[in-house]
Amino acid sequence: MKDPNSEKKFKDSVNDIWRSVFRHGYTDTPRNRVLQIISNVWLHLHPARVREHGTKLRFTWCMGGITFFIFLVEVITGVLLMFYYTPDVNKAFADTIDLMYTVPFGRLMRNVHRWGAHAMVITVSVHMFRVFITGSYKPPRRFNWVMGVFLLVITFLLSFTGYLLPWDQLGYWAITVGMNMGGATPFLGHEGPFSQLLGITASNDIRFSLVGGTTIAAPALLRAYVWHCVAIPVIAVALMMVHFWRIRKDGGISGRL
Amino acid sequence: MENSWQNKESVEFEDDTVFTWPTLVVKEFLAAIFVMVGLLFYSFFVNAPLGELADPSQAENPAKAPWYFAGLQEQLVYFDPWFAGVVLPSIIVVGLILLPYLDNNPKGNGYITFKERKFAIPVFVSGYVFWYLLVYVGTVLRGPFWTFFWPWQEWTHDFPTPSPLINLSLPVGIAVLIGFYAAGFAIPLLLFKNFFRSLGVIRYALTMGLLLTMIGTAGKVFLRLVFDIKYIIVTPWINL
Ligand code: HEM
Repeated sequence: MKDPNSEKKFKDSVNDIWRSVFRHGYTDTPRNRVLQIISNVWLHLHPARVREHGTKLRFTWCMGGITFFIFLVEVITGVLLMFYYTPDVNKAFADTIDLMYTVPFGRLMRNVHRWGAHAMVITVSVHMFRVFITGSYKPPRRFNWVMGVFLLVITFLLSFTGYLLPWDQLGYWAITVGMNMGGATPFLGHEGPFSQLLGITASNDIRFSLVGGTTIAAPALLRAYVWHCVAIPVIAVALMMVHFWRIRKDGGISGRL
Repeated sequence: MENSWQNKESVEFEDDTVFTWPTLVVKEFLAAIFVMVGLLFYSFFVNAPLGELADPSQAENPAKAPWYFAGLQEQLVYFDPWFAGVVLPSIIVVGLILLPYLDNNPKGNGYITFKERKFAIPVFVSGYVFWYLLVYVGTVLRGPFWTFFWPWQEWTHDFPTPSPLINLSLPVGIAVLIGFYAAGFAIPLLLFKNFFRSLGVIRYALTMGLLLTMIGTAGKVFLRLVFDIKYIIVTPWINL
C-alpha cells in the first residue's frame, strides 16, 4: 500500500459494489455512523458510541458476545435437527443414526450442534471469569451478575437436557446418574435424608416430576425434549433480554470511572 | 487516520468513546466468522459421540455425567449424593448470586487488579480451579467402578482392593466440624480486624460461611485421600 491514494481507491471500489446493491452510497460521516446503529433493529442493541477500551479484545475477551453467537448457532442447527428427530424411544436413536448417515448435512448439523453446546459451556464460564477478574460485577452491575448466574445455570441445563435426546447408552446413563442425584435431594427426593418425614416415595418425589416416572423411560425422553427445545430456550432468551438491556442501563461496558 | 474526518466536520468529542460502527461491529463480525469457521472445521472432522442404543438393563461402567457435571459426580466419592449432587451445587449457585453483595470492596471496579483485591481474587480463582480440577479427574482419570487411573494407565477391572475406610465417632466428628467452623470464623476476626469491620456482621458471616464450606469440601477430599476417612458425621438420618 505505497500509493497514497490506495486507501481511497479501495474504498471507492467497495462503495461501487455497495451502491450496486443498496442504490446509494455510504458516506463515512459521524451522522451515518450513528444511523448505521440506531436505524438497524439488530444493531441498535448497541449504543451509537462505546468507550474505546470496551471494544478491546483484551478487556472483554469477547466471551459474552461469542456465547451469544454460539447460542444463535445452536438455535439454528437445533431447529434443523428437529425436522428429523422424533422424541420417541423407538425412533430417537434411529433418527440420530439417520442424521449421521443419510440426511444431507445431517452429520454436520449434529456435530455443530453438539460441539457448539460444549463450546458454549466453556465460553460462558470464561465470560464469568472475565467479569469477575475485571470486577465488573460491582455496583451498578450487581444485578446483572445475578442474571448472569441464572444464564450460567440455564446453559448447563440446556446442555444436560440435550444429552438424553439421542437415546444412546452415553446419554441414558449420564441422565440416570444425574437424576439419581436429584432423587437424593433432602426432604424432596425419595432417597434423600428426611424425605420420610414428608411421605416422599419414588413415585411422588422431585425425581419423579423431572422424569415423569420411576425410571428413565419414554416420559423422561419427552420431558427432556420439551425442556430442551422449548421451555429452557425461551427462559434463556428472556434472561438474555434482561442481561443485554441491563448492560446498557448500567452505563455500558464497565471500566475505570 | 480513522478520525481524519473529525477535523473536517469539526465534531469534537471530549470523552474516550468511539463509534460503535465500525469499531466494535467489525470486531464482532470477525469474531463471529472465526467462531463459525472453527466450529464448522472441527465438526467436519470430529464426529459427536454416539453410544449404542440405550439399554436400561445394561448399565455403562463407568456411567459418566457430561463433563461439566463430572466434578459433582467426582464429589460422590467423598460425599453422599444429597450433598454432592444437590446441596453443594446449590451452595455454589447461591454463593455466586451473593458474591456481588458480599464483596463490598469498591476498588477494582472495571479493571484488572490483584493488589486492590487481595482477598476476592484468590478465593474466586481457587474455587474456579477446584471446580475444573474435579471436572478433569472425573472425566479423564476415572475408569470402571469409578476407580482412579492415571492417563498413562490402562483401564482394567483388576485393581487392588481399596483400603478400608473409617468413620469418625459422632462426638469426635461433631467436635471436628464445629471446631473447624469456629476456628475459621474466629481466626480472621482476631488477625484481620479491618476485614471484619469493612464487611460488617452479616456479610462477614455469609462470606466466611461460604469460604469455609469451600475449604471444608476440599478438606474432606484431603481427609479421605490421606487418612481414609469416609464420614466425619454418622447419624441414622444423615452422613457427612
Ligand atoms: C448465556 C450466557 C451469557 C451471555 C449470552 C452473556 C452475554 C454478555 C455480553 C454480550 C456482554 C457484553 C460484554 C462481553 O461480551 O463481555 C455481557 C456482559 C456481562 N455479563 Fe454476561 N452473558 C452470559 C452469562 C453471564 C454470566 C454467567 C455472568 C456472571 C455470572 C454474566 C455477567 C455479566 C456482567 C456482570 C456483564 C457486564 C460486564 C461489563 O460491563 O464489563 N454474564 N454478557
